[in-house]
Amino acid sequence: MRYETVIGLEVHVELATDSKIFCSCSAHSYGAEPNDHVCPACSGMPGMLPVVNKRVVDFGMKAGLMLNCDINRTTTFDKKSYYYPDLPAAYQTTQWFAPVAVNGYVEIETSKGKKKVRIKQIHMEEDAGKLVHDIREDTTHVDFNRTSVPLIEIVSQPDISSAEEAEAYLERLKTLLRYARVAECEMAHGTMRCDVNLSVRPEGSDKLGVRAEMKNMNSIEAIKRAIEYETARHIDAIENGTEVLVQQTRRWDDIKGKSYAMRSKETAGDYRYFPDPNVMPVVIDDEWFSEIEKSLPELPEVKFARYTEEYGLSQYDAEQITKSIALCECFEGALRVTGSPKDSANWILSEVMSTLNARQMTYEMLTLSGEKLGELIKLVSSGKVGRANGKKILSAMFDDSSILPEEYAKENGLIISNDTSLVEKVVKEVIAEDQKSVADYKSGKEKALMALFGKCMRNLKGNCDPQVLREILIRTVNES
Amino acid sequence: MKLYTSKNEKAAGRKIVADDMILTKDLPTTAGSKMLVGYQSLFDAEALTRLYEAGFSLAGKAEVGEFAIDVLGETSHGGRLTKDGALVSAVAEILSSGDAEAAICLDVNGYPRRAAAVSGLVAVKPTYGVVSRYGTVPVACSGECVGVIARCACRAAEVLGVITGHDDKDGTSLPEEKCALAKAPGKAVKRVAIIKEMTEGVDKEVTERVEKFADKLRENGVLAEWIDGGVISKSSTVWNVLMSSELCNNVSRYDGVKYGYRAANFSGIDELYTNSRTEAFGKLLKTAILYGSDNLSTENYMKIYDKSLRMRRVIVEKFAEIFAEYDAVIMPATSTLSYTEDMINSDGYISYKENYYTAPASVTGLPAVVSDSVQLVGPAFSEGAMLELLKSLKKEACEK
Repeated sequence: MRYETVIGLEVHVELATDSKIFCSCSAHSYGAEPNDHVCPACSGMPGMLPVVNKRVVDFGMKAGLMLNCDINRTTTFDKKSYYYPDLPAAYQTTQWFAPVAVNGYVEIETSKGKKKVRIKQIHMEEDAGKLVHDIREDTTHVDFNRTSVPLIEIVSQPDISSAEEAEAYLERLKTLLRYARVAECEMAHGTMRCDVNLSVRPEGSDKLGVRAEMKNMNSIEAIKRAIEYETARHIDAIENGTEVLVQQTRRWDDIKGKSYAMRSKETAGDYRYFPDPNVMPVVIDDEWFSEIEKSLPELPEVKFARYTEEYGLSQYDAEQITKSIALCECFEGALRVTGSPKDSANWILSEVMSTLNARQMTYEMLTLSGEKLGELIKLVSSGKVGRANGKKILSAMFDDSSILPEEYAKENGLIISNDTSLVEKVVKEVIAEDQKSVADYKSGKEKALMALFGKCMRNLKGNCDPQVLREILIRTVNES
Repeated sequence: MKLYTSKNEKAAGRKIVADDMILTKDLPTTAGSKMLVGYQSLFDAEALTRLYEAGFSLAGKAEVGEFAIDVLGETSHGGRLTKDGALVSAVAEILSSGDAEAAICLDVNGYPRRAAAVSGLVAVKPTYGVVSRYGTVPVACSGECVGVIARCACRAAEVLGVITGHDDKDGTSLPEEKCALAKAPGKAVKRVAIIKEMTEGVDKEVTERVEKFADKLRENGVLAEWIDGGVISKSSTVWNVLMSSELCNNVSRYDGVKYGYRAANFSGIDELYTNSRTEAFGKLLKTAILYGSDNLSTENYMKIYDKSLRMRRVIVEKFAEIFAEYDAVIMPATSTLSYTEDMINSDGYISYKENYYTAPASVTGLPAVVSDSVQLVGPAFSEGAMLELLKSLKKEACEK
């Protein structure tokens, strides 16, 4: 018999807001000392009241619109009660009754073609803290830095049927959410986490099989392996009766490549959801809605089409740039100034990318103004600044975003000089110092001229049109 | 039970007292519970900050019943307070002794109004949202308000005026222009309705107070007539559901992990929770937790909790209908003028019944004032007008 796997994903994404969802503590605790970003509100002390961070709702709406959802114009927050030491108030504020976005879809493409994965809902909620177990002392410490960091949970319908589709879906979510600049979506940083709900049924059946749930998966590779393992385990159970399938929560051990049933709780948890009386319903009026709608970026594929068709970029170049909204914005800004898609793309794909790589920065960390990059490109292409000095200026612009390229070039003597007398003076000095190379060149060794050329360029600090230098150098050597 | 859980020895000048539901930076806050003995807040309640800014000084923290859900404070960790065999509240005793000019209290389940009624004081529970709840121990957030008790209406109005105002730190705080309405004398109270159902079954003395008050109103040219209150009499049932549900969630944070009482003996996290809470919480609170958890369970949510939310709306509409014709309604604040020890001993859950009189204002968020052991409940933002009425009834009794 042939089987099909039915998969639904619940994806938690940390929103990239500056502050937490209900207080003004910093939401960025990656790398911070434990309990650095904590106040009486996010540590659950009595008397503090939640005040909704409007940016969280902005981001929730943006995510919803990027994923083709309907936005609930009145969206409410609810309390979910359970005891766990990393949850200081013993309840999580989430959205149970009226989540910000519902009924969406994302389109994915795999080897089997295009497919729509429907989104059931997106809700906003607060994250919990972290428990740190100290084996030596046999104690557990609590770190509340992450409590109340805003999250959205994206719940898909069970429309995914393979590991490949799950990967395509997650990659597509990442791209869309990064394009809207609402989230980092870095599984390794925990800013994207995924629960997998999986069941297997005979192909063509409309009845769902027994569901297994795997919580908190933190890499796409692990998710793919877990899906394959679980599918095989389910089919084996159905075909060979190796085990009786029961609905359960399982833990994936990525090192062993196996999943295990988690210890079942004595009683089923009842989260006792109810509307949070301290958080008034958030009403999204037309003005707010259209402000968010207008702020949404063009989709990657739309940009790709424009870059290749309108600007004549190669498919490869367009694909590289449209990988990241930050690169796109930088490219488009540079293009507005230079008017040259080719020059602008070249600079992005060579100098900008290599500077990012050298600094171990992700594309999304790029804050360089495209317009200023455009000015720099113009300086170089017009021959005012040498290419090597252009790179230096770019590096300075990465360090200090207030730098204006032309001003900086002037202040630091990086403008190409049209003063041929200076060039002649430097050439004469270099020739006087390196008679051996002169002799070598005259005896027919072409390479020796390159050595002289390099020394001259260095002494001129690169501020010379290479063609001009070459002519003067050859003439002077021949005359000497 | 003592009068104060903690006293401020440096208090000077114009003194106020706060009940122990109001968080204070300089004094501990216990909420009347063994769970929070020694708990020290990092910040002051907004109402208190406003009083400090207006030049008041804090005399101390008055004892309250555990999380302020009982009749008059009898469930306090520190024991009950009685006078001549009858229950009294710490805050009322402090005011009667002249230690402070006024008190601010968290009115969760009506105890400040009952305290005023049995001790001959004036109490105000303001319109929900005009006084910030920032810095109050949360119990039933959808209805509880910071209220004022004083010896006279003038002082109550003055203190209420100080603490009323918009606060960005409270998401349910109303805009400044709405708060200003509550402070203003507003439209004079000219027509008052006495609700029949609410006076049935009360002690004779209470009925007499209501009738006497109505007569006084009539002498002063105010129309006072009896009407049927209909669904208003269901307020207590609705409030008991909402209050206990919110309470069970709000007190979940006291788990022995972060602060407050922790059991000496436990093995593992579940026992840490269970033993700490079992040992530190009193019977009335535990009952409320169980009742609230049950109301919010998947099985009962629609049947009980959601229905109560809808009932709340029906009660609000009933009041609106009455206020289309009347400026305020009259009802007792208590069933008796003296809660004897016997009454409390024979029924540990008497506060669930006694809130029959205070729940209408708690459920709806409407303002209520208590004076002469009688309660007036008015439309939103009418507390200023109701206090003006009280002042006009007895100018001579007001403190200068």
